[in-house]
Order: sequence, then C-alpha cells, then structure tokens
Amino acid sequence: MEPIQIVFLIGAALVVVSAVMVVTRRNLIHAALYLILTLFGVAVIFVLLQAYYWAVIQVVVYIGAIAILIIMAIMVTRDVTGETVEPFNRNLIGAALLGVMAAGVLIWSLSDWPGFSALAPAAETGEIVVQDLGVQLFSAEGYLLPTILASVLLLAALIAAIRIAFPNETEEDN
Amino acid sequence: MIPLSWYLILAAILFGVGLFGVLARKNVIAILLGIELMLNAVNINLLAFWRYLTPEDVTGQIFTVMVFVVAAAEVAVGLALVISVWRRRATAYADELDLLKW
Repeated sequence: MEPIQIVFLIGAALVVVSAVMVVTRRNLIHAALYLILTLFGVAVIFVLLQAYYWAVIQVVVYIGAIAILIIMAIMVTRDVTGETVEPFNRNLIGAALLGVMAAGVLIWSLSDWPGFSALAPAAETGEIVVQDLGVQLFSAEGYLLPTILASVLLLAALIAAIRIAFPNETEEDN
Repeated sequence: MIPLSWYLILAAILFGVGLFGVLARKNVIAILLGIELMLNAVNINLLAFWRYLTPEDVTGQIFTVMVFVVAAAEVAVGLALVISVWRRRATAYADELDLLKW
C-alpha cells in the first residue's frame, strides 16, 4: 500500500468517525466540535485531490465561519445542549435504514459505471488552476452571471438573516 | 495512486450519515449540522470528478463555489430562524414547532 493511500484512509476514517459522532452526540456543543473535526478531515481529502485552494477555503469558510457561527447559535439558545432530552425522534430506525440505503444504493449504482476505478490523469495543479478559476469566475465569456447571482444570493441571505433574528416590537406582547 | 472509487464511496457514506442526522435528530441545530455533512459530501464528489475526469476544465470548481455560497447562505438564514424561534417559543426542537400542523 502506498503512503498516499494510507493518508487517504486516515483522513477518510477521521471524516466518517467524526461524522457519526456529529449525528449521535447528545450534547450539541460536542456535536459541533466533532463537525469541525469532520471539516478538517474533508480538507485533508481536498489536499489529496490536489485542490489546495479548496482545502484553504474549507478551513477558512467552513471552520472559521460556519462552524463558529453554529457554536455561537448553540450558546445563544441556552438549555438546548440537550443533555436531559432524548436527542432522536421516533424515526430513529427508519432514518438509520434510509441513511444506510442511500449510501448503499449510491455505491452500488456507481460500481456499474466503467469510470468507477479510474486513476487520476496527470494535470496542472496549484497556482495556475487558481488563476484560471479566478479569470473564469469574473469574465463575461466564463461564469460572470452565476458569480453575480451567487453574490446577490449571499447578500439577500445576509439581510434576511439580520431581519429574521432581529427582535421586533410585537414580541413583548407574547 | 488513489482510484476515483475511494472518494465516491467516502462521499456516499458521508452523505448517508448526514441524511440520518437530518431525519433522526430532534434539535433544529443538529439538523443543520446534518445538512452541512451532506453538502460536504457533495463537495468531495464535485472536486473528485473535477480532478479525475476534467482537470483541464474549471467547471467542477465553479460548482464547488456555488455549493460553498449556498452552504453559507443556508446556515446564516437557518440559524437566524433558530434564534427567532427561540425568542418566540423558547424551544429549539423540531417536534415542538407544530404551529402549522393541523
């Protein structure tokens, strides 16, 4: 077994084990901290895919922003770390079956596909790829319109989040 | 060399775990954590297909940009909803939010 395969298996084991911990931990803070571990494992996988830029973005955006935002929200909604409450609803067995089936069917249907065990072609990686991505994202012949739509979506989500979370006047009556 | 199948199997397992989390957990924030897991599985798939099938093309990475943007927007609005519901109903459990249930 090659060293890179061992690195992949360690990263994959980290991802899967901590993902299972995320969905089974009773204490939400622990679940959120395991989510950070999962995201780090995914960043390792991105490095192995030679998507170095995405590994950095994964750490900065997912771990630096999203995971911290989730932890802050858990802290704001206090008493919901959930140590006294059953964490699962009554769909537990059905949901477990469905999760296993979804993964199984995905793997099974992909295993028929001839490209399933393809090896990576040699390719340029690193700064040339990032440069090309930036040029494509902001050129009119490339993907300028999706980029603008994505930024509008982000702005709308930002404003909506502020508006939704803002306390309003009628609240004192409730 | 790592075959493409390893990445696809990992992504499928991660997606299944996230799906389980979304369907089985009571707490709304825990459901959001499950959604994050599923979006990460999609990102692994997109980047694996980009690297193995079309490394000369940036399309796979453009899709990854969109998934990152949607994930950020989703978690921002989702958590704002959680905080708003917490203010009004003092609960964060999906089964207690049954105002629209007939």
